[in-house]
Amino acid sequence: MRAYTPKDDVQKKSYYTDRFFVSPQVPKFPVENDEVFTKDLEAIKAKFEVSEAYIQVEQMVVFIQPEDNYKVLELMKNELEYTQLSELSAIDWLAKENKFEVFYQMLSMNKRKRIRVKMFIDKDQAVNSVEKLFRSADWSEREMFDMFGIEANAHPFMKRILMPYDWQGFPLLKTYPLQGDEFAAWYEVDKIYGKEARDIIGPELRDTAKVDRYDSQRFARLGHEVPKGTKITGNEPKNEQSYQEEGGVFLIKKLNKKDSVVIDDPQR
Amino acid sequence: MAQHKVNYTKDGGLPVALTSIDKIVNWGRSNSIWALTYGLACCGIEMMASGASRYDFDRFGTIFRASPRQADVMIVAGTLTKKHAEFIKRLYDQMTEPKWVISMGSCANTGGMFNTYSTVQGVDRLIPVDLYLPGCAPRPETLQYGVMLLQKKIRANSASRAQKAKRLM
Ligand code: SF4
Repeated sequence: MRAYTPKDDVQKKSYYTDRFFVSPQVPKFPVENDEVFTKDLEAIKAKFEVSEAYIQVEQMVVFIQPEDNYKVLELMKNELEYTQLSELSAIDWLAKENKFEVFYQMLSMNKRKRIRVKMFIDKDQAVNSVEKLFRSADWSEREMFDMFGIEANAHPFMKRILMPYDWQGFPLLKTYPLQGDEFAAWYEVDKIYGKEARDIIGPELRDTAKVDRYDSQRFARLGHEVPKGTKITGNEPKNEQSYQEEGGVFLIKKLNKKDSVVIDDPQR
Repeated sequence: MAQHKVNYTKDGGLPVALTSIDKIVNWGRSNSIWALTYGLACCGIEMMASGASRYDFDRFGTIFRASPRQADVMIVAGTLTKKHAEFIKRLYDQMTEPKWVISMGSCANTGGMFNTYSTVQGVDRLIPVDLYLPGCAPRPETLQYGVMLLQKKIRANSASRAQKAKRLM
């Protein structure tokens, strides 16, 4: 039996406050636990300012200053054998602390280790491009620009990569609505037919659960379709759809269902 | 002189069939619907399957063409993103009249499960659609049935009537 909990004021209490599930933090360990990481961190610390470093899920996470990002990655690539940049992107913390977090995920095949280099930048701050060091940064930095609006200085082709070039807004910002803002909602109509066409084409239908039995234009009336704009009375006759006219078609034999045979013997 | 008693009107007597221009033109049109290869997402796989040997679209005279200038019907098979929207309009305009459009699958019909900023919520916002096929993805049988319904639709219209250009607006 379930344990009894007093329910006198249960409706007054808000029993759930978080809108989303807040997962518990994965435990962090000091860097000294791992020999290789300790040496790497010393090498980085010797030349650059490191604000925080720890080990999480067997990877070292290092927080650096945003001005140093190119130099740090250069050091890691040339001296510490972290020769691959497997991923690079950003996280939007604008609401919480008005900053973006940019991360570089590094991999060393020789040491079989991964390091995540992180840094915080301000809202309109640009980062230094690391495209000269790692070719993979080319598209990642373009994607970061596309999704967050963070520019990378000295990138050879700083343009959007996924969204169209004339798109406005940065879709991965937490403030960007999932179903798009005004610009996104009318993008294709404005571009192809012009703004005047908005009235004729009408807004997007975003309510997926909408069923309107008086709507003669959409799919709610399967089997009882009516011409567009008809007044619905509810007594629409059933539309029997068949792929051929009653009288048959010129030069084409009509299938007579009675004459067709279903073969159930595979060895026939 | 041989005294044949040939019944010329009996079928098979002579390779001649009497019909009206309308019917023969419609017969030709409806049985050679060349489709534009236009797979945009997962529905495209089902469209390819319909064209391949198991379902064999060639039986209906539907042959996939890689150029809109040779195509009669555009089968929009898949998710239309807003980035791609201008191209669907351009391809549609490049097709020669008479032309038809089949919207295949939930994504092409209504945007489907992609209720997001980057997906066009139904291709009928951009081009006029003749036939909507439900499903995610529709089976090849659905597409074949759809093509046969389209054939019926073509036959129902008078071929000699001046073709009215189909435009959304
Ligand atoms: S309707 Fe379903 S199968 Fe077809 S493109 Fe959309 S998601 Fe893919």
